[in-house]
Amino acid sequence: MSRIPLPYNPKVMDLFRNPKNLGKMEDATVVAVAGNPACGDMITFYLKISDKDIIEKASFESYGCAANIATSSIVTEMIKGLSLEAAWLDITWKKVTEEIGGLPSVKFHCGVLAVGALKRAIRQYFKQKGVEAPSWMPKENTFEEKQALEEEELAKLLSKRLKPEAEKQS
Amino acid sequence: MVENVKELLKLHEGITHEVYLDNENSSIVPKEVVDSMLPYFDKKAYGNPTLTHKPGWEAFEAIMTCFKKISGTLGAKNLEDITFTPGETEANNLAIMGTCFAQKGKGKKIVISEIEPINVLQVAEMMGKFGFSTTKIPVDREGFVNLEKLKEAVDNETILVSISSVNNEIGTVQPIEEAVDIVKAKNPQTLFHSDASDAYGRIPFNVQNLKVDLATVSSYKIQGPRGMGAMYLREGINMERILEGQIGTQKLWPGVENTPLIVGFTKASELAFENFDANTAKMRMLREKLVDGIFNELTDLRFNGPKGDKRSPDNANISILRAEGEALTIELSLKGIYVSSGSACSRRLLQPSHVLVAIGRRFSEAHGSILMKTTRYLAEEDIDYVLEVLPSAVNRIRGIVGSTGVD
Repeated sequence: MSRIPLPYNPKVMDLFRNPKNLGKMEDATVVAVAGNPACGDMITFYLKISDKDIIEKASFESYGCAANIATSSIVTEMIKGLSLEAAWLDITWKKVTEEIGGLPSVKFHCGVLAVGALKRAIRQYFKQKGVEAPSWMPKENTFEEKQALEEEELAKLLSKRLKPEAEKQS
Repeated sequence: MVENVKELLKLHEGITHEVYLDNENSSIVPKEVVDSMLPYFDKKAYGNPTLTHKPGWEAFEAIMTCFKKISGTLGAKNLEDITFTPGETEANNLAIMGTCFAQKGKGKKIVISEIEPINVLQVAEMMGKFGFSTTKIPVDREGFVNLEKLKEAVDNETILVSISSVNNEIGTVQPIEEAVDIVKAKNPQTLFHSDASDAYGRIPFNVQNLKVDLATVSSYKIQGPRGMGAMYLREGINMERILEGQIGTQKLWPGVENTPLIVGFTKASELAFENFDANTAKMRMLREKLVDGIFNELTDLRFNGPKGDKRSPDNANISILRAEGEALTIELSLKGIYVSSGSACSRRLLQPSHVLVAIGRRFSEAHGSILMKTTRYLAEEDIDYVLEVLPSAVNRIRGIVGSTGVD
C-alpha cells in the first residue's frame, strides 16, 4: 500500500510517448503473452521469424505502466535481426534495464516480464515447428519465465478469492 | 533520480492549461488562504503561545480564535475538544491509539470498516502488537457499511469503532448517525470515531447531531495548507497522548503550535462554510459535468461508488477498462491534467485500491481507475479542457493495450 516516487528517465518517457514497434502483427510466426491484467501488468509479443531462425520483425502490445510499455518496446528493438539463439542468450532483464537507462527498483519486474514473454515466444516457436529444442535452450524454465508464471498464478489466486465479491458487480 | 525528475518536468513545458483534480492527495492552496497565513510568519504572533511576551500572547490569541472557529464548524462544545495535529494521518493515529491505550481496561477490540483510509486501517492493525484485535466490517457494492454486520461485531469488549463519514476514494456517505445508535445500543461504553476529512465542507457534519465521540478533519482537503488537521474529542472521554514533549495550548499534542498553518486551516474552513450551499453546489455541478462528459465520450467504463445524495459532491471515481491507471495518470499529466489512480503499479503484485476491491471491482478494473475531486476553485472551462483531452489520452493508452489486457 505504499507509494513510491517514480522518476522515470527520458528514455523510458520517450518510449512511453512514442513506442516503437507497437501493435498486433498479422503475419507473426509466433505470439506469446505474459502477465495478467489482474496484476496490472501484461505483455503480448509478436515475432516474425525466418526459416533460418532469425527474428525479422517484432512488435508488442502492453497493458501496464509506463515502464512496462517502454521495456516491451525496447525489447522489440533489441531483438530485431538477432538469431533466436542470440536473443535467448543475450537478452536478459538486466540488459534490458541497462539499455533503457535504468528503472526504479520497484519496476525491475517490468523488464523481467518482458524477457519472460520473449523467452516464452522462442520456446513456443520450436514447439510450434515440431522440432526438438536446440541445445542452448534449457528444458527448465528460466528465471524470467518462472517469474511470469508466478505472477499469473497469483492472478488466478486473486481472482478466485475475488469471486464472491465479483458477483456483486452491476 | 533528481536529474530524471528535472527531465520529466521539462516534458511539461509548454502546457497552456493545468487542471488539478488530485485533491485526494494534496491541494492547491488558494491565494486568499496563503495571504491569511503570511503575517503570522514574520509580522505577528510568531512567538510561542505559552510564553509571556507580546509575540507569544499574539499567538495565543490567534490560536484561541482558531480553536473557536473550528470547534464551531464541527459543533464541538468546548475549545478544548479540538486538538490541532499535523494532518489527518496524525489525528487518526491519535484517535485510535490514544483511546485504545486509555481504555484498554474495558476491552481490547476495535471495529472498523474494510474501506477505511490507510491511516485508520494500518493503525488499527498495528494495535495488534499491543494485544488489540480489529474486526473489519464489509461494505456493499456502493461502499455502504453493512450495519447488520456492525451490530454483530460490537460486543462488551469493543472499545472503539472507527468508520469514515465519507469514503475518501468513492465518496460514499455513510449512515453515521444510525451506525452510532447501533453501536451504543450494543455497548454504551464503545467509543465512536469518524474520519470526517472527506465530509467536512462537503456534507453537513456536526458531532452533536451525529453523536460521534471522536472525529478527524484535514486542512488540505478543504484547500487549506498541508500539514494541518484536527481531532475532535467529546469532553469527559479519557485519552492518552501518543507523543511526549513540551505541552502548550493542547494537552493531547505536544510541541510548539504551528500558528500560520492553524490560521490558514481556519481561513480555509471559514471560506468553505460561509457559502456552504453555493460551494457544494458548485463542486457537484462540476463533478456532474465531468462524469457525464466522460461517459458521453468513452465506453467501457465503470462508475465507482453511489450516485445521488449519498455521494460526496466532489468525488468522481471511474474505472476505465482496457487501460492501466499509472500510464493514464502520466499521459494526462503531460497534458496538464492531474489525477490519481487506484492502480497498484508502484509495487509488484500487490493489490490495487483496497476500497475498489472491497466493493467487488475486479483487479483489472481497480488498476484502471482514476480518482478526481472537484473544488469550488475550478471553473467550467477547466472541466471542458479535461473533457477535450481525456478521451484522446484514454484512446492512446488503449491503443497500446490493443487486445492484451482483456481478462
